[in-house]
Amino acid sequence: MTRRIDCDVAIIGGGLVGSSAALALRGMGLSVTLLDKGFCGAQASGVNYGGVRRQGRPSEQLPLSQRAHAIWPRLQQLIGIDGEFLRSGHLKLARSADDMASLERYAAEVAPFGLDLELVGHNQLRERFGVMGDLVGGSFCPGDGHANPRLVAAAFAAAARRAGAEVLENTEVAGVSRTFEGFALEAGDVAVTARSVINSAGAWADRFARAFNEPVPLERTYPSMIVTEPLDPFLSVNIGIEGGGIYARQVARGNVVVGGERATPLDNPDYSRPHSDGALTIMQRASELFGPLRHAQAIRFWSGTEATMPDRNPVLGPSATTPGLIHAFGFSGAGFQIAPGVGEVLAELVRDGQTATPIDAFAITRFSPASQPGGALKQQ
Amino acid sequence: MRERPPPLIVGAGPAGIRAAITLVAAGLRPVVVDEGHACGGQIYRQPLAADKRDDRARYGSEAAKASRLHRAFAALGSDIDYRPNTLLWNLRDGAADVLRDGTSRRFAYDGLILATGATDRVLPIPGWTLPGVFTLGGAQIALKAQGCAIGRRVVFAGAGPLLYLVAWQYMKAGVDVAAVLDAAPLPAKLNLLRALPLAPGIVLRGLRMAAELAFGGTRVQFGVSGLRIEGEGRVARIVYHAGGRERAMACDGVGYGLNLRSETQAADLAGCAFRFDPRDRAHLPERDAAGRSSVAGVYLAGDGARIAGADAAEAAGERAALALLEDRGLPHDPARAADLEHVLARIDRLRDLLEAAFPFPSHGAGDIADDTLLCRCEEIRAGDARRAIARFSLTEMNRLKAVTRIGMGRCQGRMCGAAAAELLAAQTRRDIGAVGRLRAQAPIKPIPLAAGLSIDERQHDPAH
Amino acid sequence: MPLLHRLVRTDSAVIRFTIDGTPCQGHAGDTVLTAVLCHAERLRRSEFTGSPRAGFCQMGACQDCWVQLDSGERLRACTTPLAEGMHIITQRRGSHA
Repeated sequence: MTRRIDCDVAIIGGGLVGSSAALALRGMGLSVTLLDKGFCGAQASGVNYGGVRRQGRPSEQLPLSQRAHAIWPRLQQLIGIDGEFLRSGHLKLARSADDMASLERYAAEVAPFGLDLELVGHNQLRERFGVMGDLVGGSFCPGDGHANPRLVAAAFAAAARRAGAEVLENTEVAGVSRTFEGFALEAGDVAVTARSVINSAGAWADRFARAFNEPVPLERTYPSMIVTEPLDPFLSVNIGIEGGGIYARQVARGNVVVGGERATPLDNPDYSRPHSDGALTIMQRASELFGPLRHAQAIRFWSGTEATMPDRNPVLGPSATTPGLIHAFGFSGAGFQIAPGVGEVLAELVRDGQTATPIDAFAITRFSPASQPGGALKQQ
Repeated sequence: MRERPPPLIVGAGPAGIRAAITLVAAGLRPVVVDEGHACGGQIYRQPLAADKRDDRARYGSEAAKASRLHRAFAALGSDIDYRPNTLLWNLRDGAADVLRDGTSRRFAYDGLILATGATDRVLPIPGWTLPGVFTLGGAQIALKAQGCAIGRRVVFAGAGPLLYLVAWQYMKAGVDVAAVLDAAPLPAKLNLLRALPLAPGIVLRGLRMAAELAFGGTRVQFGVSGLRIEGEGRVARIVYHAGGRERAMACDGVGYGLNLRSETQAADLAGCAFRFDPRDRAHLPERDAAGRSSVAGVYLAGDGARIAGADAAEAAGERAALALLEDRGLPHDPARAADLEHVLARIDRLRDLLEAAFPFPSHGAGDIADDTLLCRCEEIRAGDARRAIARFSLTEMNRLKAVTRIGMGRCQGRMCGAAAAELLAAQTRRDIGAVGRLRAQAPIKPIPLAAGLSIDERQHDPAH
Repeated sequence: MPLLHRLVRTDSAVIRFTIDGTPCQGHAGDTVLTAVLCHAERLRRSEFTGSPRAGFCQMGACQDCWVQLDSGERLRACTTPLAEGMHIITQRRGSHA
């Protein structure tokens, strides 16, 4: 028998974006149905690296990022747990003079946003941060940090449920269409009608955008990560490298999480696994960078499925074709930190039709053929 | 023309040994990867160095089988590519990653026989991490392979045929075995009488061991529950419930286990489909009577596929190898294959009865006290798991792992996975088969970060 | 009192090693686990509560018996043969207890 639900907002995808939007909308008193094809927070939101980082983001993301920055220290009040959020600082390393120059340019460019970046030289890397290796210097962002992604997304969904959202897991949305009054969604034995729909379906969001005649060049990417056994504390900051390579953090319990390289999907593309070569590569790089890792053991690899856009910026904002539909996906492997801010923005867009946070750069129209002379997609 | 890569056999216990012998007889030269330093697996494990004990002293009634397998495997010589002290840590797309002496290597294979064996299955009890508490298998290895006793006055507790075997072996070695504490009630043992016609030798030997223990002064107690191990920094006593009251017994070593659980990580990484098996109360890789998994070219044999013991492992290893030969279009012996399947079916009926005689105390999982460590590696208590299940409305094992770290530590859920599944099922009032299973991730066991990039041994590129 | 009691192999070749700096003797054929626990009550302390641990499965499955050499190298005691001159650390620096 089909269960019928009528609500103000239906959210497709219970990742951190969808879950935090659900919680924010409940805070405004709107009725919410949150649908996930699997378990909330089990995909990219739950298995990402866990970096809570503003440094390195393009300047157009920084207002949104700053908004989220204010939310992270309030997780305990908001969702009942702190999510193991640690304001450790984020240190981005430069391996060459060119890379250092690039960090300096970035620091100058984003100075108006108040990240309080501090450029540090070679000697300080070892003395202050215990980082070895062939490095020129780095850029330190003291307010950034890291958290446990497995907890945060799941806790937002659980908090939304406690706040009265209807959270339906293992409920895949098979179809969504615009009706006279709003939207109709079919999901297994559930039929949902809603005034608004949020498409926060992550790596599966392009399907729903296409259903409303808004095709997007979404590509699935699979980060590759390893974690060590628990080690004595030696790494107090979240580490990144200019130009990529690896990123690493040590959690309070002592395990060191190292990411880098790419994994590849399994036969079922919803699942992926790191390649041995990729994992061994990042293990080697990490053991060269940090003395205490030279004898450490890796105990687990993992990957996830992320939605990446060609310009590495998300799609965030109202649909151009369909009133009441709002997109929020394609965070290109950097969604974790800003997602709680995105949730608030989405709630404002639903309630007010607008938000004070600048999001024009993320409009879905930037991918429509009409906005692209010659039809070519903007590449960055 | 490119040469076809060799078949890969993982494990050199009874199943792996028989598989290797069978493939060699057909003219193939398999790679055999073995974590052990010499063939034999856990049951026929060989000592690191000679210790003046002969096979009879070491393996008891199974000495003839052990010697035969060791000799037959040694006789293969360079007809196989044997790699002892080698951990298989990942499998993908026809390439195996192995670790030996801290260095990772990679090679291509064509055809995979997984004979990965088993470890003890346990449910957490208070005090199970205290020094002096070992699994039954661990206590047996200490004695057989290392010539050491786990205490001066030892208690063996739990369930399964191994409980009596290890206790008896300790008694024979001159150790004071204070008690055998069997979780199963005495009436369950009536199933042994039903098993008598199927395997008179095994059943009578088991009964004789129990009788000899009792006559030798060991307290043999049935229907034991509420086990608890106490001591400051090491085992000092074991406390248990039996006959309606709590009893305590001083001891300085405890062997504990509840039958065995299959090592299925390699099958998982190889992409095999799994299915819940009610007898083992575990998700196991699917296979047909010949040992074919759901993945073409991947075969499963021995306790790593389902708990059936060493004799079944030998038969299953040979049967799986015959299936590999048949699937490659090589000469094979259908009559022999049929005989082996017959043997396996008979042992399977015996296992049903043994499981009834030594039942897993699944009811115990719901009773695990909140302050008992559920996960030894990450030191997560049962109460932490219960609170997380309630807070996050958890119903599935991988979600439980994600939010509590149960199964995320060094052992990757080998020791706590079964208990966590029972606990999740009990709390959510779901069938144990409905809560799912922990998905395996590489590496199968810890590997050093400094393992370096794999030395690539592939002459063949399986990806193309 | 040590945790394990040697029943055989008492006269096989002696292997010298140290536990937390204290000179000890093992025998050819010992694993690191056997050698240490024939002298001591534990192999290590757990990371989170500092509780003593001395291995559990002895077959390389439970990963309870990882110890450290003074060179920093880490090894699983139950699957590693004892070698001459090993300096075994059973207590991590900065650990509990």
